[in-house]
Amino acid sequence: MSIAVKNLTKTFGRQKVLDNISFNIEEGEIVGFLGPNGAGKSTTMKIATCYLPPTSGSLQVCGLEVTEYPLEVRHQIGYLPEHNPLYLDMYVHEYLEFIGQLHQLKRITLRENVRRVVDMFGLKKEQNKLIGALSKGYRQRVGLAQALIHDPKVLILDEPTTGLDPNQITEIRNLIKEVSQEKTVLFSTHIMQEVQALCQRVVIIDNGTIVADKAVDQLKDASVANSSLYTIRVSFENSVTKEQLSNIEGVVEVTEDVEGGFLLLAPDAQNIRATIFHHAVAQNWTLIELREQSYSLEQIFKDLTGKGGVRD
Amino acid sequence: MMWVFPQTNVLDYGFAELGTLFGLAPYVFMFLIPAICMKFFAEEQKSGTIEILYTRPVTDLQVILGKYFAGLFLVIFSLLPTLIYYYSIHELGSPKGNLDSAGIMGSYIGLILLGSFFTALGVFASCITENQIVAFILGAFLCFIFYDGIDALASLEAIGSAGHFIEQLGVVYHYNALSRGLMDSRDILYFLSITATTILLTNLVIGSRKW
Repeated sequence: MSIAVKNLTKTFGRQKVLDNISFNIEEGEIVGFLGPNGAGKSTTMKIATCYLPPTSGSLQVCGLEVTEYPLEVRHQIGYLPEHNPLYLDMYVHEYLEFIGQLHQLKRITLRENVRRVVDMFGLKKEQNKLIGALSKGYRQRVGLAQALIHDPKVLILDEPTTGLDPNQITEIRNLIKEVSQEKTVLFSTHIMQEVQALCQRVVIIDNGTIVADKAVDQLKDASVANSSLYTIRVSFENSVTKEQLSNIEGVVEVTEDVEGGFLLLAPDAQNIRATIFHHAVAQNWTLIELREQSYSLEQIFKDLTGKGGVRD
Repeated sequence: MMWVFPQTNVLDYGFAELGTLFGLAPYVFMFLIPAICMKFFAEEQKSGTIEILYTRPVTDLQVILGKYFAGLFLVIFSLLPTLIYYYSIHELGSPKGNLDSAGIMGSYIGLILLGSFFTALGVFASCITENQIVAFILGAFLCFIFYDGIDALASLEAIGSAGHFIEQLGVVYHYNALSRGLMDSRDILYFLSITATTILLTNLVIGSRKW
């Protein structure tokens, strides 16, 4: 097992940031770590990289306990911290060489590895610039490059796409996807599309506790199964009232949508759409839209973590 | 100050020696060294880059020693131009070469040892704060305490006979002893031990984040 978290608790003074969490990540898995701000994602990652000690419980990386073998654990991990701190007055290749040396890479291996990550992240043109002179997207690439310079087995990335524009986000995601071919990747985010795009499994954490730990597809099915109702979005050209729609056989609930349509809740998606269509024809309504609303991950996220309330 | 000002310059003094250099150098160090060291930890702690360092497979002590020796190297490098002074006095003396080379050698060694202790103090001051200015002031203050502070304390009349003992805790005593040219192991050991103690204290403070 690449990362094994067992009954991990972390307390800062009187605030319990992590409350007895447990999850496992197998070798080669790409796992998204989801949660609202302040949930405990960064803290878990900092404990995994031996930056902070746990208050109780255990965290093992590649079978090594973080409190007992910090140096060996750090050899195995490539870490991109939140906010991507960099030495702005160093040159890109100078910085990458420095990090490589910290990982005890020497001479030829060092040069090769630097060249490899520079190529991998498209930094060839920028490698002789000061890091302070780079744009945010390129700085993020440098951050990722230093995480991979020693070719680690485990990648821990804390919000790797924060603050980037949509183009840059796509680029970074593709890069992450490429590099994580044979590595274990744990990355944290609060953008659902990222989770859907990149990972097979998602761990959702809220207020220091794990609220979900499933494969991405399973998560959507589970939510639908839980509610057992399908949402159908309809809109008509004519003005139709809520009462008229509620009268349709099989419709459980009708809510008005912001954009002028209606959301109907019904237990059976297939038949209800046919029923609506026929009903509209009978009533001489012009049907514009008739769509089954897939339960988006955003909704799942809100449902699972919304009860957490506002955190300071 | 050594060559130009009328009160302290060596040309008017008439004797071929570098006493003014070694008398003034500790005070220059008291400002120069904390200034060099103030950003070592303070800036990294503030900008967050310290997280990068602490998540590498290097021990805390390696990080500290790396920064320490960087500072020390800079200090020694700043002393190199003073060798020109040595050469100048050497040429100007009558007869030529009439200066106490052994004493000067001893003084240089004393000064380097003093510099290494002050550097350790500067690094320590830097690690306990995120603010570089605080690190500078604290470092300068610590250097001053150990240099003049203990000496002043020892010479208070109220202390009396214990004064000699307290005096030996201070840097001035051992620095002056070394500048006479006699390499007494007690003096060298003094500097090495307080420097090591300060570095270990820094290691303790840095390690305290793991408690």
